[in-house]
Amino acid sequence: MNIYDKLNLDRSKIDACRSYAKTIGETTQGFIDRHTTVAVERTVCRLAGVDGVDRFDVPVPNLFVDEVRKKGDLARGISVYLAAALKGTGLALPEFVTRYLAGTVRLVGHPSVTAAEARAILKPYLDAAFAKIDANRRKREDAIARFGKRDCELYVIVATGNIYEDTVQAQAAAEAGADIIAVIRSTGQSLLDYVPYGATTEGFGGTFATQENFRIMRKALDETSEKVGRYLKLVNYASGLCMPEIAAMGALERLDVMLNDSMYGIIFRDINMQRTFVDQYFSRTLNGYSGIVINTGEDNYLTTADAVDKAHTVLASQFINERFALLAGIPPAQMGLGHAFEIDPAIPNGFLYEIAQAEMAREIFPEAPLKYMPPTKHSTGNVFQTHAMDTMFNVATTMTGQSIHLLGMMTEAIHTPFLSDRHLAIENAKMVRTTMGGIYDEIRFKPEGIVANRAREVLDGAYGLLRSIAETSLFEALEQGVFADVRRPRDGGKGLDGVFRKDPGYVNAAMERMQGVRR
Amino acid sequence: MNVRPYGDTSNDGKVQLSFTLPVPADAKGIECARAFAKKMGLADATVVHSDPVGDRHSFYVVYGTTTHTVDPDEIAVSDAGPLALSMEEIETLIAERLGRDVVFVGASTGTDAHTVGIDAIMNMKGYAGHYGLERYKHVKAYNMGSQVSNEAFIRKAKEVAADVLLVSQTVTQKDVHLANMIELVELLEAEKMRDDVILIAGGARITHELAKELGYDAGFGPRKYAEDVATYAVLELIARKNRG
Repeated sequence: MNIYDKLNLDRSKIDACRSYAKTIGETTQGFIDRHTTVAVERTVCRLAGVDGVDRFDVPVPNLFVDEVRKKGDLARGISVYLAAALKGTGLALPEFVTRYLAGTVRLVGHPSVTAAEARAILKPYLDAAFAKIDANRRKREDAIARFGKRDCELYVIVATGNIYEDTVQAQAAAEAGADIIAVIRSTGQSLLDYVPYGATTEGFGGTFATQENFRIMRKALDETSEKVGRYLKLVNYASGLCMPEIAAMGALERLDVMLNDSMYGIIFRDINMQRTFVDQYFSRTLNGYSGIVINTGEDNYLTTADAVDKAHTVLASQFINERFALLAGIPPAQMGLGHAFEIDPAIPNGFLYEIAQAEMAREIFPEAPLKYMPPTKHSTGNVFQTHAMDTMFNVATTMTGQSIHLLGMMTEAIHTPFLSDRHLAIENAKMVRTTMGGIYDEIRFKPEGIVANRAREVLDGAYGLLRSIAETSLFEALEQGVFADVRRPRDGGKGLDGVFRKDPGYVNAAMERMQGVRR
Repeated sequence: MNVRPYGDTSNDGKVQLSFTLPVPADAKGIECARAFAKKMGLADATVVHSDPVGDRHSFYVVYGTTTHTVDPDEIAVSDAGPLALSMEEIETLIAERLGRDVVFVGASTGTDAHTVGIDAIMNMKGYAGHYGLERYKHVKAYNMGSQVSNEAFIRKAKEVAADVLLVSQTVTQKDVHLANMIELVELLEAEKMRDDVILIAGGARITHELAKELGYDAGFGPRKYAEDVATYAVLELIARKNRG
């Protein structure tokens, strides 16, 4: 797709925004590099092949990390404990896990191993996981090469709570024309400091993200891909207290898109910022390595803060998310930066402001598969009005060349979508695409018109905000409530007790491996 | 006087509905949709639109004439308490009538692991377009999350000098939530705090009547939002202030 310069944006100002975002990102990265978390260490376990639960449904990675926390020193990294235990017991990992669950072996208390020994002992296990991740990446690339890919992909959600029911809805949506299927998670999963296990059939407003559920949905979508002749992409959420663990599961089960925002958990789930920054880095490194497109959550800012007054915070956050993605080795083609169509339809020319924002994002991030979110905030129970608003959103999407088109549902604000809601939404989007598919190439904006002036104003706002954050730090900006009007203290929120300052002898055998082969 | 829906003439009883059936979209599917509408009380149901939704489902839009009537005089509406004020009105009310911040402490207490209820009321993002208490000016909102013991809940309430305690109970088994909710009241009484706080219960199966019965000041069930809770709490605080 060609990207045009339609807004005559000030390139030097865009460069300056990137430069401030670089300062912000690198300052935060210094902190990240000095720390690890319980979720990071559990992820190392998972990548080594540790899986399963005990009789109280506690996942084995949690049992391992908790034992090291209590009886060892997690600041050294779980890698050295795992390796020492395997060497000390002379067992292979699967056998060790079985005996561990039977209570006949322990993780901590074996003669220590050197960092080099730890790497060597864990290598065959990590080799197996990364071979699978590499194979998944190739499978996805081959399928996309075989089936082709649309410039703008239709994205719908399923959220029944029952993974088997979800597959029925997902397949129906795909057959109707959806390209990307997201399985919404059960409410509250983001605050669980563990990942539930196995296939699940009960959830609240969504379905639990478990590795088995990922597998079940992947299989269903692969079947339908063959039938409809399109590669169907699967989405889940690497957000919350288990960001890196879920990213690892996504890599192992061939998810294609993962929600992964560097700040969402802090702002909207009150997860501690230190914890989130460290977790997002490992999870993004995994997403980058495995070829998964990340989706960032700037759209959420506008569900709390005003979409007109706070539009610049969305752009500023996109620059920050872009930098954190680059730091984690994610190329621009995998950066699904987010934004949303949330301006109150009662505001005169609000649609033009929406066009300005969407076109501006398109021009500033030309390679990014931008994720555009539909109206939710001004959706009421009037399903007819909401359907009309969704049509306008679909027009804005087509007009500004967006990449990931998240479909609005007429029953937004009422319930999780019915089968028919999704069907009507897809029909609506297809109608707009058919009737005006060529409009992006066709249309230009008046210099000094409403759209161009609005874009300039938002860019100026983002520039000012990024400069002020770069002068202090992202930690301080979050403490001051810069994004979405939410203030979060540096030492507040959930999960801080799971953050550890690394020991000089810290080893993370999984991370090193990915950093060594950044693509 | 009995009434019917108004289509284009008084009492013509015209209604529209749409639904999906788990059958393929063919002539038989359309007949199924018509038969279904008829059983719902629609005479002369017309399927004006049908569409396949995948291979196994089909979507219908149906118009028909309802055979039922209602008598507005016989319809009773239960008193839902004061109509909720808007966030801005509540903020103004606090500033003008209380002149200080109002402190809310909320938690999903006991064994309940669900935060959906308390988050809907407290989190910035709120629920269904209704902002949570964290968003309100002049409100300090502390959301302790789920599985909070009554003891920890009371400790927090003391620490931050809470005005209002919000107890959420979403999913419980064998009515264990009732015992837990009663225990909180007993502990508050033992601590001589009961009269110093407004105690509110909320959850899918909570009603105002049940909450009162258990010794709470108020209860909020489904389709109640932050502004319902805040309106009640702030008006009650003002009333208590005026009583001295």
